[in-house]
Amino acid sequence: MKQKVATTVNGRRHEHEVEPRLLLVHHLRDNLGLTGTHIGCDTSQCGACTILVDGKAVKSCTMFALQAEGKNLQTIEGLAKDGELHPIQQAFWDEHGLQCGYCTPGFIMASAYLLSQNPNPTEDEIRKGLEGNLCRCTGYVNIIKAVQSAAKTMSSPSAKKTTVAAGGN
Amino acid sequence: MAVTQLVGAKIHRREDPRLITGHGHYIDDFVRQGTAYAAFIRSPHAHARVKSIDVTDASKAPGVVGVYTARDFKGQLAGTHPAAPAFVAEKKYVPERFPIAEKEVCYQGEIVAAVLAETKGQAADAANMIQVEYEELPAVMDLEKALDPKSPKAHEGAADNVCWDLTYTPPDLTEAAFKEADVVVKQRILQNRLAPVPMEPRGVMAEYEGFDKKLTIWMSSQNPHFIRLFVSGSMGLKESQVRVISPDVGGGFGSKISPYPEDYLVPALSRLAERPVKWIETRTESIQNATHGRGQYYDVEVAAKKDGTLLAMRVTQFLDVGAYAGTFSAFQACACLMAGGAYKWKGISARTVGILTNRVPTDPYRGAGRPEATHLVERMVDLVAGELKMDPVEVRRKNFIQPGEFPFTQNFGLVVDSGDYEKALDVALKLVGYDDLRKKQAEGRKSGKYLGIGFSTWIELCGFGPSAATAPATGGIALVESAQVRVTPTGSVIVYTGTHAHGQGHETTFSQIVADQLGVPYENVELRHGDTAEGTAFGYGTYGSRSLAVGGVAISKAVGKVIDKGKKLAAHMLEAAEEDVVYEHGSFHVKGSPDKAKAFGEVAFASYGMNLPSGMEQGLEAVAYFDPPNLVWPFGTHIAVVEIDAETGNAQLVKYVAVDDCGNIINPLIVDGQIHGGVAQAIAQALYEEVVYDDDTGQLKTGTLLDYSIPGIGEIPAMILDHTVTPSPTNDLGVKGIGEAGTIAASAAVINAICDALSPLGIKHVDMPASPDKLWKQMKEARN
Repeated sequence: MKQKVATTVNGRRHEHEVEPRLLLVHHLRDNLGLTGTHIGCDTSQCGACTILVDGKAVKSCTMFALQAEGKNLQTIEGLAKDGELHPIQQAFWDEHGLQCGYCTPGFIMASAYLLSQNPNPTEDEIRKGLEGNLCRCTGYVNIIKAVQSAAKTMSSPSAKKTTVAAGGN
Repeated sequence: MAVTQLVGAKIHRREDPRLITGHGHYIDDFVRQGTAYAAFIRSPHAHARVKSIDVTDASKAPGVVGVYTARDFKGQLAGTHPAAPAFVAEKKYVPERFPIAEKEVCYQGEIVAAVLAETKGQAADAANMIQVEYEELPAVMDLEKALDPKSPKAHEGAADNVCWDLTYTPPDLTEAAFKEADVVVKQRILQNRLAPVPMEPRGVMAEYEGFDKKLTIWMSSQNPHFIRLFVSGSMGLKESQVRVISPDVGGGFGSKISPYPEDYLVPALSRLAERPVKWIETRTESIQNATHGRGQYYDVEVAAKKDGTLLAMRVTQFLDVGAYAGTFSAFQACACLMAGGAYKWKGISARTVGILTNRVPTDPYRGAGRPEATHLVERMVDLVAGELKMDPVEVRRKNFIQPGEFPFTQNFGLVVDSGDYEKALDVALKLVGYDDLRKKQAEGRKSGKYLGIGFSTWIELCGFGPSAATAPATGGIALVESAQVRVTPTGSVIVYTGTHAHGQGHETTFSQIVADQLGVPYENVELRHGDTAEGTAFGYGTYGSRSLAVGGVAISKAVGKVIDKGKKLAAHMLEAAEEDVVYEHGSFHVKGSPDKAKAFGEVAFASYGMNLPSGMEQGLEAVAYFDPPNLVWPFGTHIAVVEIDAETGNAQLVKYVAVDDCGNIINPLIVDGQIHGGVAQAIAQALYEEVVYDDDTGQLKTGTLLDYSIPGIGEIPAMILDHTVTPSPTNDLGVKGIGEAGTIAASAAVINAICDALSPLGIKHVDMPASPDKLWKQMKEARN
């Protein structure tokens, strides 16, 4: 039997009736049309479906849609503001941090969480912070560069204040 | 090509804005009104007879549109799976393969039934209600045992398990050289079976419009035109009735080249059910059913003089074909033809044996045959060096094909276009700090430290390819490439290529070439691919590092034709003779009179007007095909430095240097990215990945990314990259290929480094994946 779920996604409130077994990632993709969140493994290894739930990085295949009741969600589509790329997106572009692009939204969201917790991570801390995401194209070399570059941009005094987590907590 | 600004520059990819903002269009992002969702029921057994299929319960399940078995596709789909000649023209036995099995299943995952339902969930639920009764048959899992005449057969009723057995060059060819040898080294070298694992699994959506008799297929493919060819033929449609769209594709690595059962079944289901049908592969379905790579072993012997001169090689490839011959499975036999690597040999005798087993078929996986060739020759050279107590660098230097010897005809008659192998080696040695490393190694050995330095002075043949070689290899269609360049009245340029990008950045690289050649702003150039309804009559797709060296050159040729027409028209407009008009920096002008000029945009606009030279048709567009005169031959030196933990056997890469030469470079950012990814995939093979089936039952044991361990961000080291540039004389751009280079090069460097590290223990060879448990055991045995 379907049940009601209300969430705030990228700042907008949504209400849907969903099957209890529906995964959050399917809810985002199929009901909300937010197809930037990808599915790569079905077993929570690859992290392509990573989003922010109340500011924390979560693999959206590990949650039922119903568990997101009342939560603040941010997906890759909510990161750029007013047509301007988020510094992490810009850094992935500048550093060639993506090739096929399929894992990229998950990496960017996981990086957003990492940098919200640790604005100036070392290379080791980046490797540790992104260990839940898999990429098959880049050998991770330029992903690390991108996160380093984003950290630099975001922590520079002239950087505009950017909301990393929709929840603002 | 003129002196340029864009070619050679690190232009940021124009693909990226959509991909970094979540606005890419991958196959699962598409949906059509009224879509039904397909789920497939697959054999849980490696080999079995299908006794009966009971669909009663499934048919009544909520939301079910229909349940289908082999019988339902009779009259819908004709023909069997295509198996190209590739490098083995005559095959002994190619079992017939239909998209859906009827009486016998030959690998775990083979489809026996399909369900269509209103939702994905309902399709999956109903699939679980289908009752299939099987009678298990013995599974053929071991390559050596499979060749025993008494072995069970991978297919019931088959005479044996030999798909092919081809001797390219007989052993007696190398007899004299082996007699003259001071030293002979022998080794069996394994190539672990690998799953390609593009992060986006496969997927197909099809819509058959019965009244128009038109079929549209959206799918995640590396070569949509070939899919159109195969599927139209099977469904009894004309190619013109079928449109294949391959949108953003989340990686391929070879696993999205050949047609799959679902590529036929989903369109056929759409025709049967009279509505759009969609199927997206799960990861387990992907590891179980998408073609695998490698899965081979080699018996190799090398004869050498005591001064390190290589004399001759004997190599036999034993290749696990899997349950059916993949479309390009015999391509992997090119490992034999490339076994000589960067060196000169008096003779190489080579044989390939393709063996049928009850595993999923193998097919090209990034590098396909060339990583295996590099791995075997680079291992053998190190074994020779070890036997002679020589520095592996010196053995390499002594035997390299020399810069003055190109074009060089190697032992199998292939002509290596250009190279300077020692130059790349020298750059790499300097970057890695070789002399210091050897000192550090010697120091460390005194205190029981296992530090190893491994080399791979790799070469590659790619850029498929010349019609004379490739038309026979495919059974008729030459793997040349097409391009169409269209200039609109306002001077914007739309370029269609028959290649397909799935991460390689063609939209950027190819636009750089066009913008430079035409002298127009980069932003004015639009690059399109992946839709058979657009562009030329046929495209050839992307694999074998061919897109730039064949497709890019075709584009450049088409641009040349546009300029030629522009010159004729500009001459008419300028009232000058055509031969007096030159085209430079986006402007046609009269030789010696730069002021007497017409800009490209003016000429484009005029081409759609009324004042044309006599006999000239309106418009400014051109089609070109490029049939390369030869393959291209990239090369380089990779050096891996490893430390092995004496207690745990864990091999840690502490330094990785890659010096690659892919001829002229269009976009260094993209080239380096390709190397990073390629190296990572080879490190993955060397240290981490292996598809494992149960030896007896043929059950897949590595069916998820939990069990099949593709490396994460913690496993791949930083890389130090550099390049030498030796242009190819094969094409006007002087380019080679770079898509597979890293994968071709790196496994040998890593394993050679491990063997070097463990040489104090007397360990000469280590097979892949060199996992800690395997190394630990080998070290323990060696110590005892």
